[in-house]
This record gives sequence, structure tokens and C-alpha cells, in this order.
Amino acid sequence: METVIEMPTRGALRKGPVAEGMARIKSNDIVTGDYRLMVLDAPPEMLDCRAGQFFHILCPTGESFRPYLRRPMSIYCFDPAAGELKFLYKVTGEGTGALSELRDGAEVNLLGPLGNGFTIREDWKNLLLVARGVGLATLAPLAKEAREAGCTLTAICSARTEALLMSIAEFEAMGAEVIPVTDDAGTSGVEALREVIEGRIAEGGLDAMYTCGSNRILTLLQDIGARHAIPGEIALEQQMACGLGMCHCCVRSFRREGGIVHERVCREGPVFDLQEAMGW
Amino acid sequence: MVDLTTRLGALTLKNPIMPASGTFSEDLADVFDLDCLGAHVTKTITREIRGGNPTPRVCEVQGSMLNSIGIPSKGLDYFKSTILPHYAAYETPLVVSISANDADGFARLCSDVTLPGVAAIEVNISCPNIEEDGKAFAMRPRTTTEVMEKLRAATDLPLWAKLTPNTGETIEVAQAAEAAGADALVVSNTLLAMAIDVRTRRPKLGNLMGGLSGPSMKPIALRMTYQCAKSVDIPVIGCGGIGEVEDVVEFLIAGASAVQVGTATFINPTVMPRLIDGLAEYMHHAGIARISDLVGSVRDEEAADGVVFMEAAP
Ligand SMILES: Cc1cc2nc3c(=O)[nH]c(=O)nc-3n(C[C@H](O)[C@H](O)[C@H](O)COP(=O)(O)OP(=O)(O)OC[C@H]3O[C@@H](n4cnc5c(N)ncnc54)[C@H](O)[C@@H]3O)c2cc1C
Ligand SMILES: Cc1cc2nc3c(=O)[nH]c(=O)nc-3n(C[C@H](O)[C@H](O)[C@H](O)COP(=O)(O)O)c2cc1C
Ligand code: FES
Repeated sequence: METVIEMPTRGALRKGPVAEGMARIKSNDIVTGDYRLMVLDAPPEMLDCRAGQFFHILCPTGESFRPYLRRPMSIYCFDPAAGELKFLYKVTGEGTGALSELRDGAEVNLLGPLGNGFTIREDWKNLLLVARGVGLATLAPLAKEAREAGCTLTAICSARTEALLMSIAEFEAMGAEVIPVTDDAGTSGVEALREVIEGRIAEGGLDAMYTCGSNRILTLLQDIGARHAIPGEIALEQQMACGLGMCHCCVRSFRREGGIVHERVCREGPVFDLQEAMGW
Repeated sequence: MVDLTTRLGALTLKNPIMPASGTFSEDLADVFDLDCLGAHVTKTITREIRGGNPTPRVCEVQGSMLNSIGIPSKGLDYFKSTILPHYAAYETPLVVSISANDADGFARLCSDVTLPGVAAIEVNISCPNIEEDGKAFAMRPRTTTEVMEKLRAATDLPLWAKLTPNTGETIEVAQAAEAAGADALVVSNTLLAMAIDVRTRRPKLGNLMGGLSGPSMKPIALRMTYQCAKSVDIPVIGCGGIGEVEDVVEFLIAGASAVQVGTATFINPTVMPRLIDGLAEYMHHAGIARISDLVGSVRDEEAADGVVFMEAAP
């Protein structure tokens, strides 16, 4: 087996103390299909967040679900003024099943904010993101940061069906131009996406691209990025235990000068350089 | 005021709560002040730079977990240049966990980490020994003696031997470690285990098998702690499934002089400071003045003599 060094090269950029404590659920309703939105009343020390960061949630054991480890969840929305934190999640297994059973007024234990968020360099003006499924949860808060940085944002939102498209209004409210694509309409395939993105580049140029989750989209954006010398970032997922950088279970592989390195998604990530990320 | 200090040979800790190797690092300082702990224990380091095992490296099993992290290590030089200086900022004593896959390499590393700023060396002899077909050193008394004698000769620092539950010779191994000069025993590492996803029929860990830790490990580690405490004179440090004050007290009663907390920190990152406060409160209410009043206070009476050496369930 190749030896890969598990050494942070981006450094631990995350600043400041991490809070652990309870937050009260304001609502926890179905958005569409298996997707739910959890709105929490969170203390101020949990609300100094960046887009791309996550919380490590202690999902309670109940009658039907018995999760043990915490579950990482992207920050879908944070609002220090309103004292609100939101998570958008897809009910798939033990952890998210347990979350889906929580009623308004219940409390959950959160640890965070954790990890390093997306970067928007000062000289970037035109940004593009490609979000599929629950990846929206991770990329949505980027719209607000893009607006605050004075950038224009194009959001390509992809889903299986039109009914499963989420957050379009939220993106538009943040001044983003939304391009919805679906499997049903045949507009979400790699070649269709390539055409849309290449079109953007031809029209006015792109300074950076962001995505998360999907291997297919990663490969596509890496190819476009390499061809047009457009930088980008990807938020990655990996199974986690501690969420803090202690256990080394959440590593992924990255291409670096001198070879392949392993880095911890919870600590050096979850946001990584687009070209350095390796498919899985 | 209750006295939480505990003696481990030449070392006195301000309280009996410390992290278990591999479940703790400098990163936890983001959550609480690490100086409240009785000791700091590093992830096991090796001399060479090593990658870990394939992912997935963890999975959960009904209220506990399996891990097959392996021992990814940035090597001795990184330890000296980066990790060791980091812990110099704390008053809490630093325990360095080391391992190697042959006895001579183990001893050389032990000598090389005998450095200012290191209070004790925990030797992870539960790791595979390549000279014995990958069987862990601490599976057998003979290989325990061989490696511990070399380790003893390599350092003057307190030497803690971390035992494995993957043996049928717990007591013989414990006594071999003591006879070869160990200053304390850490009991224990994880138990070899497996989980399969019935839907895909794939093992849930990339490495196929891994170590069980968390609440399910507690009765096993407690049994071993009891057996070791009964059969050696050096202090025993209990480890396995500890997450509540009652667990700590249970291990102390069984004979542990201190405990290590591992998996519980993943579930509740502030569990160690909570255990320290909770233990003081418990002792206060129970009218127990000193940790030593609890250690080994199990009421096993005469039954003990025949039973301690048992390696099979009745
Ligand atoms: C940084 C980060 C951000 C995430 N953000 C979101 C989000 O905003 N919304 C959302 O729905 N999900 C998100 N996930 C995935 C989420 O953590 C859960 O793992 C997933 O929802 C399934 O959990 P479960 O317990 O319901 O499933 P189970 O099948 O019970 O999970 C079993 C185990 O596999 C792990 N696992 C399963 N799927 C994933 C995955 N995709 N990534 C990592 N581990 C996984 C679980 O954590 C658990 O340990 C994120 C993951 C990471 C790493
Ligand atoms: C993710 C993980 C990594 C571990 N790494 C090490 C290690 O490097 N060295 C070691 O001696 N023990 C290691 N252990 C074992 C723990 O130190 C401890 O002995 C075991 O987990 C039982 O305690 P617990 O139930 O409190 O976790 C590891 C355990 C876990 C869960
Ligand atoms: S989850 Fe423990 S290091 Fe990332």
C-alpha cells in the first residue's frame, strides 16, 4: 500500500473556540420528499459561522432510531441577529431518522461551528456554484457571502425532479441567478451542464466555481477549471466520529506537489481546493 | 473538599481522569482548557511516517463503535518539532504513546522519546508484532517479557504497558509486564470485532475488521482491570467504555488508580471535565475523602482467590 502522509498543509485555519451545548427546535418540517428543514434557536457563541462550515449533531436515540456517533450537518443558514440556525437534511438512516422525529420545542446538543468555510478572493467577481440534492444545504449560505462581497452568483441547482428542486427563492432573494436543471427534463447530465457553464465563460467569464458532494460534478468542474484556468472549491463528505480532528477517521486523498496526501475532512476541510480533490 | 489526586508510582496526578490514546489531540483545546485533565496522552506515534487504513475507518454498532484507523503517524521528527512543544504550554503531565512492529525498533523509539517534557511513556504493546506473524506483543507472556525488558532498558521514565483484551492470558501477560519493569498497566485497548452491511454484504470497515470501543467494552475492560489489579502490585489504569461518573467509580473500586476516557469524548467532547467535577461531587456526597479510599475497595471476599484467574465464563 502506498504511504500517504496525513499532514495538514492548509493548516488549521479555523479560528476560535468551538461551542458545545443545547439549541431549541423552532420547527422541523418536511420541505419536499425526504428533505426536512430544522430551524433552531441557537446561542450567540454558535452563530459566528462561515458558509461551508458544519455542526456535529448529537441525534437523540428514540424508539425507532438508535444512532450512536454524532452526525455532521452543513450550516444551511445562520442569522446572528435572529439567533437562528438552520439545517436542511435528507432522511436516510439512523441519525437523520432520529432528527426527523424531533418535535418543536425539543432540544438538541450541537458542537460547532466546525471546519473551514469557502473562500471568496477579493479579486473574484463572477462566481458559479453547482448544487445537487442535499448539497444545496452546504452551498446555500455562499449566496449571502457572495452578495456581501459584491459578487454576482450563478447557481445551478440540480435535482431528480422539478418537485425536488429547493431553495430557488432563497437564492434569488440573495440576488443570485438560478439555473434549475432536472433528470426528468434531461437537463442535469454532465454534457448539458458543461454547455451551460461553457456558455457562462464565453459570455462574461467566471472567476471561481464551487460545488460539493457529487463525483460526476467534481470531474466536470475539474476539467472545465483546468481548461480555462478557473479556480474552485469543493465541500467534501466523509464519515466522522470526533468532528474535531482527533480520530483521523474522516480522511480523504488529495493531489499535492510531491504526491498524494490524506487530510481530515473535519479539520482541514470540509472545503478543499477543487483541483486537489480526488474522486472516490 | 475532596482530594482527587492519585499516585501512579513516581507520578502524582491532580485527578484520575485522562484521555485514551487515539481519541485525543491538541484539537480538543478548541472546546475546553486541557489543563484540567489529570494527564495528556498522545495518539500512538511510530518512528516512521505511516499512512492509516482504508476508509471507512469507523462504524457504529448498537451504542458502541468499531474503528480501523490504524496508526497513521507523522513520525518521530514531527512529534519532536511540533507535538511536544505544543504540550509544553500545559502544566498537565504528558504521556507519549509509542509503538513499533519489532522489539528492537520499539526500544529505540522509547529511548528517542525520553525527552524533557515527557512525563511517562505508554507503550502500545497491543499492536501487531511482525516477528510473530502480526500477533500483538501483549497477547502472550513470552513476547510481553521480551519487548518490555528491552523497553525498560531504553528509558528511565515511567513506563506504562497498554494491554490488549485479545488474549486468553490476561494475568500472565500482566505479571510478565510487571516482572519486566513496567511501572503501570493500561487496561485495555480495543477488542477485535467486525460488522457487515447485510444489504450490500460488505464489511462496514475498509479494513474488514477493527476494534470495539465504547459502552460495550466496559464489562470486559472492567473484568480485566479487576484481574490485573488482583495479580500485580503496580498501579492499573482502567480504560474501556467509561463515560459516566459511575463508570469511573466502578473502575476505581475494581482496582484502577486512574482511568482513561476514549470514545465517550466523541459523543460528548466535554465529558472529561464533567467527569472530574462529577467525581468530586460524588465523593463529597458519599463522604469519601480520597481517591485511594475507593481504589480496589471491591467487596469480593474469599470468593476472589479462586475466580480471579478464570479465563472462561462460568
Ligand atoms: C461536512 C458534512 C456535512 C454534511 N451536511 C449534510 C447536510 O447538510 N444534510 C444532510 O442531509 N446530510 C449531510 N451530511 C451527511 C450526514 O452527516 C449524514 O451522514 C447523512 O445524512 C446520513 O446519516 P444517517 O445517520 O441518517 O444515515 P446512516 O445510514 O444511519 O449512517 C450510517 C453512518 O454513515 C455515515 N454517513 C452516511 N452518509 C454519509 C455521508 N454522505 N457523509 C458522511 N457520512 C455519512 C453516518 O454519519 C453514520 O456514521 C454531511 C456530511 C458531512 C461530512
Ligand atoms: C478512533 C480510535 C483510535 C484509537 N487509537 C489508538 C492508538 O493510537 N493507540 C492506542 O493505544 N489505543 C488507541 N485506541 C484505543 C483507545 O485508546 C482505548 O483503549 C479504547 O478505545 C477503549 O476505550 P473507550 O471505550 O473509552 O474508547 C483508539 C480508539 C479509538 C476509538
Ligand atoms: S472526525 Fe475525527 S478527525 Fe475528523
